[in-house]
Amino acid sequence: MIYRDAGQFKTSYAADQAIFPIRQDRILLAIGLLIAFILIPSLASEYWLNTIMIPFLVFSLAALGLNILTGYAGQLSLGTGAFMACGAFAAYKLTTAFPDLNIILVFLGAGLCAAGVGIIFGIPSLRIKGFYLAVATLAAQFFLIWMFNKFPWFTNYSASGVISAPPRAIIGDVIVTGSSAVPYVKYLFVLSFVLVLTLLAKNLVRSNIGREWMAVRDMDIAAEIIGIRMLSTKLKAFAISSFYCGVAGALWAFCYTGSVEALAFDINRSFQVLFMIIIGGLGSILGSFMGAAFIVLLPIFLSNAPTMLGLSISVELISHLEFMIFGALIIFFLIVEPHGFARLWQITKEKLRLWPFPY
Amino acid sequence: MPLERSTVFILASTLAAMVIIPYVAAIAFPNDVFFAWPFFFEVLIGGLLAGVMYSLVALGFVLIFKASGVFNFAQGAMVLFAALTLVGLIEHGLPAWLAIAATIAVMIVLAIVVEKLVLRKLVNQEPIILFMATIGITFFLDGFGQTLWGSDVKLLDLGIPNQPRFYFNEQILINDFDLIAALVAGVLVTVLALFFQKTRIGRALRAVADDHQAALSVGIPLKTIWAIVWSVAGLVALVAGIIWGSKLGVQFSLALIALKALPVLILGGFTSIPGAIIGGLIIGAGEKVAEVFIGPLLGGAIEDWFAYVLALVFLVFRPQGLFGEKIIERV
Repeated sequence: MIYRDAGQFKTSYAADQAIFPIRQDRILLAIGLLIAFILIPSLASEYWLNTIMIPFLVFSLAALGLNILTGYAGQLSLGTGAFMACGAFAAYKLTTAFPDLNIILVFLGAGLCAAGVGIIFGIPSLRIKGFYLAVATLAAQFFLIWMFNKFPWFTNYSASGVISAPPRAIIGDVIVTGSSAVPYVKYLFVLSFVLVLTLLAKNLVRSNIGREWMAVRDMDIAAEIIGIRMLSTKLKAFAISSFYCGVAGALWAFCYTGSVEALAFDINRSFQVLFMIIIGGLGSILGSFMGAAFIVLLPIFLSNAPTMLGLSISVELISHLEFMIFGALIIFFLIVEPHGFARLWQITKEKLRLWPFPY
Repeated sequence: MPLERSTVFILASTLAAMVIIPYVAAIAFPNDVFFAWPFFFEVLIGGLLAGVMYSLVALGFVLIFKASGVFNFAQGAMVLFAALTLVGLIEHGLPAWLAIAATIAVMIVLAIVVEKLVLRKLVNQEPIILFMATIGITFFLDGFGQTLWGSDVKLLDLGIPNQPRFYFNEQILINDFDLIAALVAGVLVTVLALFFQKTRIGRALRAVADDHQAALSVGIPLKTIWAIVWSVAGLVALVAGIIWGSKLGVQFSLALIALKALPVLILGGFTSIPGAIIGGLIIGAGEKVAEVFIGPLLGGAIEDWFAYVLALVFLVFRPQGLFGEKIIERV
C-alpha cells in the first residue's frame, strides 16, 4: 500500500534508469536530505555532531570504499585502516607543503595518494584469492602503519608522532578543519563531501566498471573467459576503494579528531569497517551507511546504558561486558540476516507494498 | 606426504637466503650489523624455537579449516580464554592437574556451545559470513574471559624449567623452556597426525574435510564431527595458552598472537598440518634473523610486518601456500 508503484509509468529511458525509480523513495530521500542538512545542524548539540554524526559520516565513507572492493569486486581486504592512514598523512603533508591549496583539492589529492598505494598492494590479488588475499592485505596494514610511525618525515618531525590538522577554509574564512572549526560547519562540509562521493559510487557500480566488478566477484574465471581483463578490473577496484578510504582517513584526521597518530588506524579500525559492511550488507551502498550507523552507535549506547538504567558497574566491567554484547549481537544479526540490514530493508519494502492488505 | 620438487627448491632457497642475506648485509654495512657465526646460529635457533610456538596457534586454525572450511579467527581468543580459565582455577586453589582437567572440560563445553548456537545456524552460508561470526565469537570470548577472571596480568607457573644454558662448546645460549615448548609441539603434532590418519574419528574428519555432502550421505554425523574438531582445537589452544602464558604472563595480548599465526598459516597452507609447522619455523627464523641483521638498516621494529611481507612473497609464487591443496578452478 505504502510502497505501491502502480500507476507510476516510465516514459523515457532516463526515467527508467533513475537511481530512485519509485516516487515514494524520492520523497523519502528528500525528507532525509532535509533532516540531514537543516534539522540536524540546527537542533543537534555540539556533542551530538562531534561524537556521533561526523564519525558516522566518515565511517560511512570508509565502509563505502571497502564495500566497493569487498562487496562489489569480491576482494576481501583487511587493510582498510592502512589506506585511511595513507589518506590522513598524505593530506597532512600536502596541506603543510602547499598551505594555499584549497582543502577540497587536498583531500582529493590525499585520496589519489591512497589509490596509488592501493594499486601497489592490490597487485598480489591477481595471484591470490579469498582468505589468502585477506591475510596478504594485512601486510599492507602492518607495513604502512610501521612506516608512518617510524619515519618522522611523515609527521613533519613532530616529537610525539601526532599530526594536528591545521585550520583550513573552503571559501573566504569558512574554516572546516582542525579543532577551531565550528561543529555544524564541519558537519555540513563532511556531509556534502560524503554525499557527492556516494552519488559517484552509486553511478560507478551501475556502470560497466561496476558490472565487471560484480562479474569478477561472482566467478572470476568465468569473467575472464567472457573477456573481462583481470588486471585492470581488480586494480581499478583496489584504486577506487583506496581512494574512498583515503578520503575518509583525511576527513577523520582533519574534521573528526583534529589530531591523529598512525596507531589510530591500526588493525582494529580495519575490522571495524569490515564489520560495518557485513552487518550493513555486502554489495549495497545503503548498507554501508546502515552498518556504519550501527557500529558507531552501538558502543555509545552500550557504555551509556548502565547509567541510563541506574546500575552502577565498574568501568572495567562495563568495557568487558561491551565486548561480550558486541560479539553476541554480531553473531545474532548474522544468524537472523546474513545479508545485512540492506536485505532487511528490502524485505520490509516488499512487505510494505502489500501492507496492510494481505493479498 | 610427497614433496614436490618445486617445494624442495623453495625451501632450500629460503634457507640459503636466510644465511646469505645477513652475511652480505654485515659485509656491506659493518657499522650497523654485527655478524658472527655462533651469534647467527643462536639467533637462528631462537627464531626456530619461537616459530614452533607460532605453529602451535596456527595448528588450531588448520584443524578447523580442514574439517569445516571455517576460517576461525577466534583461535587467538580461545588461547586467551583457556589460559585465563586455567590460571583462574589455579588461583582458586585447585591443584594444577585438576585445573587442567577442568579447563579441558570447559573447552569441550565451549566447542559444543559454539557448534549448537553458531555453526549450526549458519550452515551453507558463505565463508566470509562464517569468518565474521568467528570474529563475533572472538569479541565475546575476550569479554567473557575477562569478565569472569579479571584483566590483570597473571603469572602462570606450572614448574616448567626456565634456565638459559650453553650448548655447542659454550657458544650458543638456549633457554630450556623453549626446548620444552618445541618438544611439546612436536609431540602434539605427532599425536594429531596419528589421530587423523589412524583412528575412526580421524577418517571421518578427513571425509568431512573433503566433501561435506558426500560425508553426510555415507552416514557421518556432521554436527558431532564439528563439535569434535572444535574441541580438539580448544585443546590445542589450551596447550598454546599454557606455553605462551608461562612465557609472557596471561594477559589480553595473548589473543593477539592469532595475528602472528596468520602469516604462518598462509605460508604453510590453510589445509596442511605439517605446513603449519614448517611455516612456523620459516616465519619464526626469518623474522628473528631479519630483525637482528636487517632491522638496524631500516630503523628497527620490522618484526611487526616482516612475517606478513615474507608470507606475501611466498604466496606470489605459491598462491595456495607451500603445502596447501592445489587450487583447481573450473567454470
